Amino acid sequence: MINYIWLFMIISGVIAAVLQGRVDLVTVAALNGAKDAVAVCIGLISILVFWLGMMRIAQDAGLLVKLSKLLRPIASFLFPSVPPNHPAMGYILSNMSANLFGLGNAATPMGIKAMEELQKLNHQSDKASPAMCTLLALNTSGLTLVPATMIGIRMEHGSLDPTSIIGPTFLATVCATTVAILLDRFYRKKEMKTHF
Amino acid sequence: MVEWINGLSKFMLPAILVFIPLYAAFRKVPIYESFIEGAKEGFPTAISIIPHLVGMLVAVAIFRDTGAMQFYLQFFTPVVQFFHIPTEVLPIGILRPISGTGSLAFVESTLQTHGPDSFLGKLASTIQGSTDTTLYVVTVYFGAVGIKKSLYALKVGLWADLVGFIASIVICTFLFVG
Repeated sequence: MINYIWLFMIISGVIAAVLQGRVDLVTVAALNGAKDAVAVCIGLISILVFWLGMMRIAQDAGLLVKLSKLLRPIASFLFPSVPPNHPAMGYILSNMSANLFGLGNAATPMGIKAMEELQKLNHQSDKASPAMCTLLALNTSGLTLVPATMIGIRMEHGSLDPTSIIGPTFLATVCATTVAILLDRFYRKKEMKTHF
Repeated sequence: MVEWINGLSKFMLPAILVFIPLYAAFRKVPIYESFIEGAKEGFPTAISIIPHLVGMLVAVAIFRDTGAMQFYLQFFTPVVQFFHIPTEVLPIGILRPISGTGSLAFVESTLQTHGPDSFLGKLASTIQGSTDTTLYVVTVYFGAVGIKKSLYALKVGLWADLVGFIASIVICTFLFVG
């Protein structure tokens, strides 16, 4: 699917530029896109270095195992294929908590770390495992209790009630997350049927 | 309640930063060495994401900056009008899963024209805040571990985005209008 979306975006962009007689737009856009991507990754370096260091302390202190023990019922419901005491569980749960409290910067390193641990359980190294898809479903639907970034932007615009969006945002993400989990289950079962 | 939740987010980070090292020190973990060991992984991980993200953001930029996106948006306008959805939030909903900064630009302009406390301002904020950029999340998370076949992950993410978009509109209409 990602192949088609990729091709679609590029082809339709080039056609749009040609129709306007501005083929040069494509070159500029491509270079800008590449520049943005590298800038994002450079920005990620500092965040990843810091948070992965912090998370190693938490792991060495046994905090991640504690966290996964605490939330075991939820975790084993969502990730039946991951052993409950596997380090992946601790990272998955820290990733979910960071998302919930609007700590976007912390959520990404924890999610990546969780992916790395899930990759160790994966049999095919270039194909996503069902557990990885579930983790992504949870992250893209983004269950959020505090939309911290958006509250900040509303404050910048002089909002008198910047936090008024907390309720609706939480409810909307509950809907999205519920659907994401259900669809993830549905496709996982379908995938299992076609392969076994 | 709302202030309490907002404060929670503000104090969460400092609290974590104090709690983790303190707890670890109490458990006799060599915290500084542990930190360095973990932090070492940050650099290679960030670098390994570059090819994935460059590939994706180049396509997104071509799609967005050549006006192709604007072209496709007009096809959605009748659908949106049929459901009485304010047309201002349409580009936000469509762009949100593809490009977070792209949709943020539309949110900012809505906040500027209509004010952050107007119905449209609140609706735009809710749509922007209620989901993550699916394409970016899939690219970064799978890119970091070298997954090329993403199975159904993208499909699930995009459906969830649609549900989040519709839910935002329904909930905001219910809460903030009449």
